[in-house]
Amino acid sequence: MLLSLIALHFVLGMTAPVWTRLLGRNAFLVVAIAPAIGFGWLLTLSPAVTGGSAFVESTRWIPALSVSLTFHVGLLQWLLSLLVTGIGAIVLFYCRWYFTNPPSRTLGLLVAFAGAMLGLVTADDLVLLYVFWELTTVFSYLMIGHDSSRRANRAAATTALIVTTTGGLAMLVGIVTFGVLTGSFRLQAILAAAPEGIAPTAAALLMLVGALSKSALAPFHFWLPGAMAAPTPVSAYLHAATMVKAGVYLVAALAPVFSNVPLWREVLTILGALTMILGGWRSLRQSDLKLLLAYGTVSQLGFITMLVGLGTKAAGQAGLAMLLAHGLFKATLFLTVGVIDHATGTRDITKLTGLGRRMPVLAVAAGLAAASMAGLPPLFGFVAKEAALDALVKIGSGGDGTGVLPAPAFLLVGAVVAGSMLTAAYSLRFWWGAFGARRRPVSVEVKHVPAAGFIAGPVVLGLAGLVLGFSGGPLTDLLASYTRTMPVGSEPHSLALWHGFTTPLLLSALAIGGGVVLFWQRDTVARVQATFPQVPAANDFYRWSMRLLDVVAVEVTARVQRGSLASYLSTILTVFVVAVGGTLMLMPVWPQNAVWFDNPAQVAVGLVTAIAAASLIAVRGRVRAIITVGVTGYGTALLFLVHGAPDLALTQVLIETASLLVFLLVLRTLPKYFTDRPLHSSRWVRMLLAVAVGATVSASVLVATASRTAQRASAGLETAAYEFGYGKNIVNVILVDTRAWDTLGEISVLVVAATGVASLIFLRSRVQQRRTRKIAANTSSGAWLRASGTLNPAARSLVFEVTTRLLFGIMIMVSIYLLIAGHNHPGGGFAGGLVAGLALVVRYLAAGGRELEEAAPVDAGRVLGIGLFIAVGSALVPWAFGGRIFQSYDIHLTIPGLDAITTPWGVVNAFGDLHLVSSTVFDIGVYLVVLGMMLDLVRSLGAGVDTQAEEERTPLPRPESTTALPASARGRNS
Amino acid sequence: MTGNLTLAIVAAVLIAAGVYLLTERSLTRILVGVLVMSNGVNILFLIASGPAGAPPLIGMFAAEDMADPLPQAMVLTAIVITMAVSAFVVTMAYRSFQLNGHDEVSDDIEDRRIRELAERDDVSDSFEDIRFSDTGEDRVSE
Repeated sequence: MLLSLIALHFVLGMTAPVWTRLLGRNAFLVVAIAPAIGFGWLLTLSPAVTGGSAFVESTRWIPALSVSLTFHVGLLQWLLSLLVTGIGAIVLFYCRWYFTNPPSRTLGLLVAFAGAMLGLVTADDLVLLYVFWELTTVFSYLMIGHDSSRRANRAAATTALIVTTTGGLAMLVGIVTFGVLTGSFRLQAILAAAPEGIAPTAAALLMLVGALSKSALAPFHFWLPGAMAAPTPVSAYLHAATMVKAGVYLVAALAPVFSNVPLWREVLTILGALTMILGGWRSLRQSDLKLLLAYGTVSQLGFITMLVGLGTKAAGQAGLAMLLAHGLFKATLFLTVGVIDHATGTRDITKLTGLGRRMPVLAVAAGLAAASMAGLPPLFGFVAKEAALDALVKIGSGGDGTGVLPAPAFLLVGAVVAGSMLTAAYSLRFWWGAFGARRRPVSVEVKHVPAAGFIAGPVVLGLAGLVLGFSGGPLTDLLASYTRTMPVGSEPHSLALWHGFTTPLLLSALAIGGGVVLFWQRDTVARVQATFPQVPAANDFYRWSMRLLDVVAVEVTARVQRGSLASYLSTILTVFVVAVGGTLMLMPVWPQNAVWFDNPAQVAVGLVTAIAAASLIAVRGRVRAIITVGVTGYGTALLFLVHGAPDLALTQVLIETASLLVFLLVLRTLPKYFTDRPLHSSRWVRMLLAVAVGATVSASVLVATASRTAQRASAGLETAAYEFGYGKNIVNVILVDTRAWDTLGEISVLVVAATGVASLIFLRSRVQQRRTRKIAANTSSGAWLRASGTLNPAARSLVFEVTTRLLFGIMIMVSIYLLIAGHNHPGGGFAGGLVAGLALVVRYLAAGGRELEEAAPVDAGRVLGIGLFIAVGSALVPWAFGGRIFQSYDIHLTIPGLDAITTPWGVVNAFGDLHLVSSTVFDIGVYLVVLGMMLDLVRSLGAGVDTQAEEERTPLPRPESTTALPASARGRNS
Repeated sequence: MTGNLTLAIVAAVLIAAGVYLLTERSLTRILVGVLVMSNGVNILFLIASGPAGAPPLIGMFAAEDMADPLPQAMVLTAIVITMAVSAFVVTMAYRSFQLNGHDEVSDDIEDRRIRELAERDDVSDSFEDIRFSDTGEDRVSE
């Protein structure tokens, strides 16, 4: 039930835009149903919960970590949930009038927050609790920062987020510690097991840190006033009535067991009392009604947290009563401020005047709430404060089982009385500031008279404070089952308005009297306050540390992120050399079983290759560099051949040829020489690094090879390749069957790279480029190549044209042969596609871009797409028929009648025995992708660059220089 | 298994030349570095695949004489990918010339700005300072 109830909140939150669009402002009334249902359901639990039993609900979540979706509603949880759902429903109802234009974002966040908060106060699993805890933080962050264009919103939201999540992280450590110590994350189980020792103490204190940060106790208090940048209903709900109570709730839940751990009471009493006085003192200085209330909240939270944390029966009872009272009166007051702000457009005390006469109902409701806050009889605030003072007096007169010494206890009572004086004073100041009549040169106009529904919320909550003031008896019974769980202390009085002339009554009177005096002498107080020096406070420490963090980040980034490709690469390679090379250095015994060569040819070829590579360092010409690197490529191909890899050798030769041609196509437009770099000192460092990397790589591979003891991974393929892949060329079977996923990934890379090249040249679309082509005269002119007529006669070469004419057909035939034969002989889709591509390059070289169009009148993108489609299709088809993806099938084709024709020379199979393998289809896909890539390359870098040259958009190499005139400088836009 | 020293030395030279060129600024030289280095890396596969042997073609050669086919398949894909990627790099060099008249890889401007911030001991642009004092002058509006 609880889980679905919380889910309902989230669903409503996620669909918020729908509701606001359909219903406008009334959407708030719809989503208010969710907390209202929750409230109603919780009321049905009241007999069970007040009887001392609990509602438990559990769903499996992560059994491996013993984390579950467990909820436990005991009295404390029940009380908190009532507050959360009740005030939630009222606030959402109130929003209907508050927001003129319904903000679907705030609506969604608010209802989702209500769900998260309900989850927080009912979750029994601490991990779940933490999730809800942080969810409320995130929602709070989003709602404070509702207007991200404003600096105040952004900064306040960030401050709230950072402070509360810092505390939350400390809490998480505590949770995990408890989980490890007790083997369970369930709060009830942990409380029942109650481990003792240093670790549980630390864990409890860490959870306390989380609670203090969430409940804005000093020194974490400063985020709360900033959070007032959120819309007022949000402040009322999150930052007064519910979210900031999460810390109080946690302390109250832990107090029955952990209030006796070392430092717990000390921390809570000192920080609580300090916060109470600090908040009250600052509240007196505010002239913004909302900020006044915010500091008041800080003050009250300190008070309540201290009470629930003390751990005596009386304090526990008083703490819960204060919690309830505060929720009611503070929500009322915030909602009142919202109405005033909405009606007059300001909440500044120095501008408002005489609203009491114009909004009498609201003034009375707010008056009740303010009186409750001040602790005036007969309101609930008075009852709760009486109970609190009674609990403290009990501690003052003998410790009440807590072991608090008389002097500190006396100080504590004094601090609370002083805090209560301030509370009374700022309560009066609030009511006087909001509704009192003062002499003002200009009186504030009431622009909108608040509707009845608008003030219904504050009125209901204000009256509730009055009613509860007279219900002390039933409330005492209600709270009894929680009060009993407190470890120490004598039974408290029942909550009541009148206990006779007691010390607490005297202290209450003293507090109220002091408050009245402070308010009466407010001008003097303000003068005194103004003389107080500004001391560096927690806020300044926060700002300082955030600034420090940023500065450190800037410094580190500036050091680490140099922005130079070469320096990153050098860093990576240096780490490689030090780590891997260092490991090699530390090897005690080097493997001895290396050979100089397998075949003397390796030495000869290797020598040429190595010399070519070494000479690359000094090469300054672009074309020369490309040709020299080509030498290393052909050398590598020969090494492949000698090693027993004809497929590799074939592909490498084809690739080298294709690359050479493609690169030369581009290099014709670039300056002849590389940028001349004088013999810089860094050159020697780079050379050293290069040698170190080369040596390290080779040595590590040699050592790894020599140390290998395992059987090679491909063992067994010699038979499996034919049995399952139906091919005799094992390498090809690996490509199209065994490791076909790799190949699929690879051809996808080819598609991406080819598309990248085309887009860098054509910038927009290669299709557009093709449409503009002029088809060469189709009439037969007797020329060897169709488009040769379009060429400059001086640039033609008849011999080349004739050779091309003869060669093209043969090359295409060879490419198809390689494709088909590749499954059993060297070849395959890659080699075949490359040969076909080279045939196209030859056509282009012979007669230019027009000839290329004639040779391949298709869009390269389409070829690439069809190829990829065929490849993917051939992978998926077996799956559609119940096989596995990439499963291969073979078909033996014979045609009856043709397979055995009796001839004079014997029986002849005229058709031949065709053995078709399904993975050939995949290879056809590969073939098309490679062909498409080649077509794209030659069309972009060949024909495309030609067109740009005609339009003077290519770079123009400067004479005697290594730079060129950019296209823009040539008077055309590139 | 035994390593092949000749191949190891050739690979070392190719990779060293590649590293040297990769740390250059000119994109064309970086391209040449990539090419020569990938040839070197492909030779490493030969070393790792064990001794030279017969081509892995079933029926033509005895299974026990064959070279390991698996590294060959891996190198085959590597060769083709290297070509596609290097074609892309060469096009970038062309485009760089077309736009700027050179193909030097320049340092990141944004990183230079961060360095200037660090020299001034300044904070980054994303840093925002806000203060709340208790003077009663603060306004939080919505």
